[in-house]
Amino acid sequence: MARRFSSRGLLFSLIGLLLPASALTCMAQESPYIVTYDHYLEEPGNLEVEYFSTFGTQRAGNDFHAFWAEFEYGATAWWTTEVYLDGQTTFGDSTLFTGFRWENRLRLLQREHFINPVLYLEYEQISAADKMLKEVEGHDVESDYAVPSALARKEHNHELEFKLLLSKTFAGWNVALNPLAAKNLTGGNPWEFGYAIGASRPLGLKASANRCNFCPENFIAGVEMYGGLGDRHSFGLHDTSHYLAPVVAWNLPSDWILRLSPGFGLNDNSHSFVLRWGVSREFSGFGAIVSRLFGGQKQ
Amino acid sequence: MKPQKIATRPRLKTSAVNHRRSGIVVTMAVAIAISLSVCYAQAQKEKSRSGKKGESVYAELAKAPKKARDRQNPLQHDPEAVAAGAKLFAQHCAECHGEMAEGGRKAPSLLANEVRQASPGSLFWILTNGVVRRGMPVWSKLPEPQRWQLVTYIKSLSPSAAKPQAPPARTEPNP
Repeated sequence: MARRFSSRGLLFSLIGLLLPASALTCMAQESPYIVTYDHYLEEPGNLEVEYFSTFGTQRAGNDFHAFWAEFEYGATAWWTTEVYLDGQTTFGDSTLFTGFRWENRLRLLQREHFINPVLYLEYEQISAADKMLKEVEGHDVESDYAVPSALARKEHNHELEFKLLLSKTFAGWNVALNPLAAKNLTGGNPWEFGYAIGASRPLGLKASANRCNFCPENFIAGVEMYGGLGDRHSFGLHDTSHYLAPVVAWNLPSDWILRLSPGFGLNDNSHSFVLRWGVSREFSGFGAIVSRLFGGQKQ
Repeated sequence: MKPQKIATRPRLKTSAVNHRRSGIVVTMAVAIAISLSVCYAQAQKEKSRSGKKGESVYAELAKAPKKARDRQNPLQHDPEAVAAGAKLFAQHCAECHGEMAEGGRKAPSLLANEVRQASPGSLFWILTNGVVRRGMPVWSKLPEPQRWQLVTYIKSLSPSAAKPQAPPARTEPNP
């Protein structure tokens, strides 16, 4: 009973925070990437709430639908912090909550340079049933996902993940490269490595004078590629999976952002097809609202 | 992502109680860290409002390199640039600088003489690089023509168009 009450209280608190914030939306120019990161952080004080889905095919097993909610907050102009809540449905099996992630991105240089580095730090507490494919690392292969959820969920992992986000925007094009290293703190697992690269460009570089849904500048299209690079003992492409995925984002004037990305496995260790889509909305001034709730000054 | 290959190496002996305890501890740590980040962000904003002693909030404009300062606005005579810039300003900048660019608690007025006298190249440079340490993000994610449209709009502003109750500006400019 107490547990139910606290859940309801949490829900009401969230609604209470988001309702006033809904009056403070602002349009963002979001990148279309789903796995790759560019060097742009959340604007300070803004909260972006996102929902993403991943449908994946599975050989020698049931297809799955993984989903996650993402709360991204711009703590400062050089620090963005994010919380993910993950879940998945394996068709013909079950639906379950698989864990959470806490991610931080820190901008290392004050100004724009030829290449702009951002440090990415993430802590994950997820079960082995997690299937969101937010990144691919080490020797992750398709057969890992064939384990029944009831068995996989019993294994809990605590993982630290580091990425160096390198990104450059030139003549409208953004090019990003994200090498990653991850360490599972549970058991004696070795460091694992992976990568993600992406390129994207708005369909229109100049803004039109009128508010419009279908103006070319509202659409950003690109492609991303990601995969594992083995681990400390066996670095390389052997027994790894890789994906290539076109991506497109639609930044609507009504402050909603839609993303779509069909992905294709590039070798026999990869899922043949992965379809992702996401919807997000940005709320400006969220930090100020929270501050006011706790007696801070009115803005 | 999936660190263990369960199919080949099942390892399910860990106590469920220990996992639950560690889960609660980690969850609390994350919640505390998030709360601290919000508090820290607010503290940073307060700190940036006070600014460095004696340093004008518009001093960043003077830091633009000569090559950047001297850049000409390619859209200066574009008939649609002001309207498009106004739309972009409402979307990205008005939240901090005010709807009429009159300034607010988070960002200074863009109607000040320092801004009006700044070269288009300097404004473009500030938009591109931001003033990260004082809260203004980089806006290079906007394509270059859109940043020039914003510059065109900002240069078209006149103080008489602003609302009369402009609060004092005490921080760095947002675009």
